[in-house]
Amino acid sequence: MKTSQKTEVLPVQYQKKSMGKRLKKAVLMYKWLYIIMIPGLIYYIVFKYAPMWGVLIAFQDYNPYTGFGYSWVGFKHFQQFFTGPKFVPVFINTLGISILNIVLTFPAPIILSLMINELRMQKLKRVVQTCIYIPHFLSWVIVASLTYTIFSTTGVVNRLFESLGLESIDILTSASLFRPMIVGQNIWKGTGWGTIVFLAAMAGVDMQLYEAAIVDGAGRFRQMWHVTLPAIRSTVVIMLILKMGSVLDTGFEQIFLMSNALNRSVSETFDTYVYTVGITQGSFSYSTAVGLFKSVVAIILIFGSNALAKKVGESGIF
Amino acid sequence: MNREEKRVKNQKTHRNDTIYSRIFDVFNVVFLIFCAAITIIPLIYVVACSFATEQEILERGFFLIPHSVQLESYKYIFSSNTLPRSFLNTVFVTIVGTTVSMILTVTLAYSLSKKYLPGRRGLLTILSFTLVFSGGMIPTFLVVKGLNLIDTYLALILPGAVSTWNLIVIKNFFEGLPIELEEAAKIDGAHDLKILGRIMLPLSKPALATFSLFYAVGYWNNYTSALLYINDSDKWPLQIMLRQIIMLANGAIDGSEFDELATRPPAESIQMAVIVFGTLPILILYPFLQKYFTKGVIVGAVKG
Repeated sequence: MKTSQKTEVLPVQYQKKSMGKRLKKAVLMYKWLYIIMIPGLIYYIVFKYAPMWGVLIAFQDYNPYTGFGYSWVGFKHFQQFFTGPKFVPVFINTLGISILNIVLTFPAPIILSLMINELRMQKLKRVVQTCIYIPHFLSWVIVASLTYTIFSTTGVVNRLFESLGLESIDILTSASLFRPMIVGQNIWKGTGWGTIVFLAAMAGVDMQLYEAAIVDGAGRFRQMWHVTLPAIRSTVVIMLILKMGSVLDTGFEQIFLMSNALNRSVSETFDTYVYTVGITQGSFSYSTAVGLFKSVVAIILIFGSNALAKKVGESGIF
Repeated sequence: MNREEKRVKNQKTHRNDTIYSRIFDVFNVVFLIFCAAITIIPLIYVVACSFATEQEILERGFFLIPHSVQLESYKYIFSSNTLPRSFLNTVFVTIVGTTVSMILTVTLAYSLSKKYLPGRRGLLTILSFTLVFSGGMIPTFLVVKGLNLIDTYLALILPGAVSTWNLIVIKNFFEGLPIELEEAAKIDGAHDLKILGRIMLPLSKPALATFSLFYAVGYWNNYTSALLYINDSDKWPLQIMLRQIIMLANGAIDGSEFDELATRPPAESIQMAVIVFGTLPILILYPFLQKYFTKGVIVGAVKG
């Protein structure tokens, strides 16, 4: 997103004229470039910025039947949410899944790409990569359906357990197994795809560094530790910043598809709570307030972690 | 690739490996084969089950090749028009949606790739802001509702038509095209629209193919939009229908809103066939997807 200042300096003839004249001349000169942007900009105004303006209903009592009622209520809905019985469980559930995702799902592609990078058989490397990218392209509905059919009480996993004389487990309705199941799905679906970025960074490492390390007597692990890992450090930091921004964003679809009446106590997160209260119960203002709280925390976290990354000498994303 | 080859050669010449290094290699191969297996075995199992008889599924438990093949479960899918109709809905939305998305993204990206364009920088900042902040589910829902798009196919297309990530990557791609081409065309009197259509787009075919495929996969897999905006079951896309059938089979919902299949809860092989039915187009597209996506297109996204 950074562009060099030099290329943006306008030709001399513009600089002395007034803002309006300059704009008029630019519009005429680059007529087509501006015209073709119009549909895209309208899209952004209507579907991205209008909803941002729409978050104002979080501070109002919005009634869907009378339209935008301009009765401002300040932070009433926020207060109601923070002091209500749902805040603590929703917050804990979301954070619980997020922390597990950061601790387990985030390092998985780094480890996997280190292993793939060390693989010496090129053919096997390609086969492995072809396989592990596939789940990324499957929808959450398909992944959830697979989980339902394979792990149901009559599914193949439990049949195998029974034939081995083990007790069958009902992972789909068990509250204590909900988080492991979500993390497991994330690892299955996203790890392969996640390696692309890291493998690309590893491919850029200068071979001479490895040669020098070998001459110095470094084994495979020390090559990984002292050459490969430092080389991908900035990529890891960027990915981590992006990840931090979504700490309260556990993804609506996956959680919604895997939650049911029996695991509700651990499966209700910000996104599903907003859906339940907003869409099914019609409390638009209240659910918008909940969603806005989540977005604000996200933006603070993303700028905060970016600033932190810069402080420790990394480049950051802004 | 050259670097890669050099590295392989390098590793071969350095075969003065210690025993630990050899052990590591063996472990690594086993580990990676395990990873690959874990991703595709469930998919092969589902395909195998969809062709197997109910009896075989119960008796054999786990298998990857059925002994006897039956096509009943696939016949069952086509016996009512519920699933085929939702399939066609999804095909329609995917084709129209991908076209709309590509037109909006490419036109915007092309103009924003012109570094001399006044106002470009401000616009880029405004558009990039949507990456870190959004109105969220409910305000977006209210906008869609306010535009009377509920229960229309447009509701499945418009709200997510442009991905800002894709926009930025395509913009970066256009920036990388040689500026001399544009200058030469301008001297010949071509205007920007002509330059885009006749010179830039033909040059960018692989990139355009990649992002069309990404958008298409996105539309194909979209569940949330339909959940939020489509109540009319005639307009349900495939993902919603798949979900309904699987939930019905697992007894999580009653069949009242899904009368055509409610008479008989789908047996295991039918569930599997339904999953295959919903996945097949993606798996057919996959070789094309894979051909393009590793060529650095994605990597560009990370550094913005």
